Formats: sequence, C-alpha cells, structure tokens
Amino acid sequence: MRAFEYVVADSSAAARALAREVGAARFYAGGTTLVDLMKADVERPQRVVDISRLPLTAIERRGDVVRIGALARNSDVAYDATVAQAFPAVSEALLSGASGQIRNSATIGGNLLQRTRCTYFRETRWRCNKREPGSGCDALDGFNRGHAILGTSDACIATFPGDLPVALAALSAHVVIEGDAGERTIALEDLYLLPGDEPQHETSLAPGELITAIELRVEPLHARSHYLKVRDRASYEFALASVACAVELDGGRIAQARIALGGVATVPWRAVDAEAALAGAPPDDSAFRHAADVALSGARTRAHNGYKVELAKRAIVRALRTVCGGAA
Amino acid sequence: MRTTERPAVPPRSSAPLTLRLNGRDATFVVEPNVTLLDLLRERAGLTGTKKGCDRGQCGACTVLVNGRRTLSCLALALVHAGDEITTIEGLANGGELHAVQAAFVEHDAFQCGFCTSGQILSAVAVIAEGRAHSDAEISEAMSGNLCRCGAYPNIVAAIAAVQGAG
Ligand SMILES: Cc1cc2nc3c(=O)[nH]c(=O)nc-3n(C[C@H](O)[C@H](O)[C@H](O)COP(=O)(O)OP(=O)(O)OC[C@H]3O[C@@H](n4cnc5c(N)ncnc54)[C@H](O)[C@@H]3O)c2cc1C
Ligand code: SF4
Ligand code: FES
Ligand code: FES
Repeated sequence: MRAFEYVVADSSAAARALAREVGAARFYAGGTTLVDLMKADVERPQRVVDISRLPLTAIERRGDVVRIGALARNSDVAYDATVAQAFPAVSEALLSGASGQIRNSATIGGNLLQRTRCTYFRETRWRCNKREPGSGCDALDGFNRGHAILGTSDACIATFPGDLPVALAALSAHVVIEGDAGERTIALEDLYLLPGDEPQHETSLAPGELITAIELRVEPLHARSHYLKVRDRASYEFALASVACAVELDGGRIAQARIALGGVATVPWRAVDAEAALAGAPPDDSAFRHAADVALSGARTRAHNGYKVELAKRAIVRALRTVCGGAA
Repeated sequence: MRTTERPAVPPRSSAPLTLRLNGRDATFVVEPNVTLLDLLRERAGLTGTKKGCDRGQCGACTVLVNGRRTLSCLALALVHAGDEITTIEGLANGGELHAVQAAFVEHDAFQCGFCTSGQILSAVAVIAEGRAHSDAEISEAMSGNLCRCGAYPNIVAAIAAVQGAG
C-alpha cells in the first residue's frame, strides 16, 4: 500500500471539508473495498478520511418510511426485524453478499459505492478505461465470462457487482446525500451512471459529497419481495446473475411488479419494460417467461458471457415463482 | 469513543495507537498504511493470526473486534483505536482451552492448520450470533473461512458439538 495521510472526521461536515481539501481523498467507512483496492494500487488516495465512527448507524421508521444510516453495518441491517419483515429482498440480498466477517465491517454507504470486480480493472498491468481513462479496455476481447450484457458501451463492459443496490433498485429506494448546499434525496437509480464514453464516472456524487442514509417505503408490494442470486459457489461469491423482485397480487392477477437485475448489467438494472409486461397478467410461468424475454431483449453479449442471457431469464422466472408462491 | 482532536497523520509518519489486545491495553506507533493484520503479526508478535490472501478472500486473518468477527487484512490499524481485539492467543483461559478450541482438537477439524485460527475465531462468533443450529446453517455462516485442506466436515462437526453442548 502506498503512503497516505490519515485523518479522523468527527462530523459529517468535517468529513466533507477534509475530503474537499485535497484532490484525491477517500472516505473510509468499513474499508473493505477501499483497502482492497489500495493494496491493488487501483485506489491511490492522498488522504483517507475515517468516517467509520460517525453516528450515522440508526435504522428508524418514521411513518411509512424506513431510514437506514449510511454507516449501519450490512449484518446489522440484514438482521434488523423491521427490514427483514418489510423488505425481505433487502435482507436476503445483504445476507447473500460477501461473508459474515465482511458484512460486519461493510457499511450501507460503502456497499452502494463498491467497485467492479472486473479483473482487468483490479490488476494494473491491463488496459482499463475505468482505471485509466482512454487507455482502452482489455476485457472487450479478453476473458469476459463475468462481464455485463446490459448497459454496456464500447468503452466498458464491467459488471456492477453488488447485491444490496439491486434489491434497493427493485424497491424504489432513495439515497440521502449531504453536500455543501445541504441535503438532497435522489432515487437510487439516479446515483449510478452508465459507462458510456467515460466509465471512470460511476456515480452522480460530487467530490466530497457524503451519503448519509437510504430510505425505503413500507408498502405491501415491498413486503412481498425476494432476492435470488446465482453464482459459481453456494456462498461467498459474487453473482453471475441475480434478480430482485416484488409483486402485488390482486384477485389472481399481478397488480404491479418490480424487477431489478444484478450480475448482468453495468449498474443495478431496473427492468421497467418487464414490469409493465407483468402488470395485469396472471402469475404463471408463461407470463414470467414473457417478462424475462422482455427484460433481456436488449442484451449485448461478448465471446464468453452469452450464457448469461438464458441464466438471467431463468433466474427471473424462478424468482417470480418464489415471490408469487403461496399467493392468496 | 475517540477524542475529536486527533491530529492528522501525514504520509510516511507514525502516530501512537492504543487498543485493548486480548484483554490488555497495548500501545504501538503506527503508520497510516499498516493493516490491523500486519500490526498484530509484525508489531505485536501475535503470529497466530494468519495472512492467507491478504485481500479479504480467505478468512485466515479473522479476529474479533469488540466481539464481532472481522477481517484484519482489510482494516487499517489506526481505525481501530480503542477497540477490543481478540486473537487466537487471547481465547484460552490460562491453560484451559476455549470450548471451540477443544472441540477442534477433539473432532480433528484441521490438517495443515493454516486456516484454523481464523476458523476458530469465526466459529466463536457464529455461535454467539446464534447461527449454528444446523449443519447447513453452520456451513453458510462459516463460508467466509476457506480451508485448502478440506477439513470442512470436521469443522462443522466441531462447531455443532459446541453448540449442542452449550
Ligand atoms: C472477498 C469479498 C467478497 C465480496 N462479496 C460481495 C458480494 O457477494 N456482494 C456484494 O454486494 N458485495 C460483496 N463484497 C463487497 C463488499 O460488500 C463491499 O466491499 C462493502 O459493502 C463496502 O463497504 P465499506 O463500508 O467497507 O466501504 P469502504 O471500503 O469503506 O468504501 C468504499 C468506497 O465508498 C466510499 N464511501 C464509503 N462510505 C461513503 C459514504 N457514506 N458517502 C460517500 N462515500 C462513501 C469510500 O470513499 C470508498 O471509495 C465483497 C468484498 C470482498 C472483499
Ligand atoms: S470492462 Fe470496464 S472496468 Fe473492465 S477493463 Fe474494460 S474498461 Fe476497465
Ligand atoms: S488474509 Fe484476510 S481474508 Fe485472506
Ligand atoms: S487445515 Fe489446512 S487450510 Fe484448513
């Protein structure tokens, strides 16, 4: 690890100010993405601002909104009774991620901002437009079995690796951000940027802005939700394809549905057209399969990731079966 | 809680760091880019905590931080000022092995032993978390601790035995 300056922030305002003072500053929340990438020499901060003890850890319900502090640990959120009951997909997604040890350190804010696991990004000997803008992308014609098939560009096909943000996308979560002008709240999907020509820009956060919380709405749709993750190992492994879904049934029909995909896209991928295809349909396999076809209709595959199209479709069908199962 | 006035630690310089290490206060002088794992192994001489991958992918470096299992290779040491750290060296009570240590011996839950201290610390926490009620639950809860020797069945049996006896 290169040398850097270490400084502890005692408030969110101090954290932002400390981060803004130098060009290359990074917040340290749980450290599990940051330290890993600093060891890889991919992250090279001049200054590390320790925010790990800021009092932003509460999980609070106010009316129909549950607000989860950005520094709440993944394990604490996953096992929180309100979260598990009102947002099963969120709890399941968290528990499917990483390991018990990592979940104890990892924070909600850090989880949203974890970086891709693209090998060509993580090892500095390769060309990577995300790590070194304009240098090229060795994944395009390299070994791209794990890479994305949705939301890609000619500059970058890196998969967004996270689980939680996929569940949050399906449940229309919001992200609370603190900046110089005060607090702003954006839809989770507006946090993430498609790679386009500039894959180095991954989020809509301005330099020094701090995520302080996420917000989720308690409603029947979100209580009937599920997260399904398909991967090479049974546990402690990133998704090859994952599905977060939520369904509200009404008189034997699907009143409304939400679907988001992970492991196959460059950002947490909300499948809006598939959701529309399900509205009003009966909760059966032919409707599920049709929705899956719609969700993957824009897929663009490379040499080694073509299998992800069918894998994701089957995962969508299975997740919808699970969430509609035992329907009254 | 730490003081709010802790000064910045410039690159390539060091700062004093005090933490509770296996029940005793211990003070070191540490650079910002030293991990908790390297502090334990190289500065504190506690080499029971192993460095496997050094990148969060194997669990060999697992320690308890304020009672919660954590990967010491992905943590900066300075972040843990004032924290209570338990390593494998701090688990036994004098000459008496911790129940999980004894169960690992009893069930032959290792071959080379490289993963073992991490497995044991993780197991202690998994039992405390209440996630050791079936073999399947134990396997899932312990998935962050890899064993290249494949001692998994015996590791699960050792943990199940402690849970059953508890
Ligand atoms: C071996 C391994 C396996 C993993 N498997 C999975 C998996 O299966 N699924 C999954 O989803 N994840 C997985 N992860 C990733 C893990 O979930 C993330 O590393 C973790 O959630 C990041 O949180 P953190 O608090 O440790 O972030 P940090 O490392 O502290 O921060 C990450 C980044 O976010 C910034 N940041 C942190 N908090 C804030 C904030 N509040 N506001 C603004 N910026 C902030 C930091 O500056 C940094 O750039 C895995 C990680 C490892 C090492
Ligand atoms: S896919 Fe994206 S992250 Fe991976 S090498 Fe190409 S540009 Fe870099
Ligand atoms: S050495 Fe820390 S997880 Fe492998
Ligand atoms: S006993 Fe050898 S790695 Fe587990």
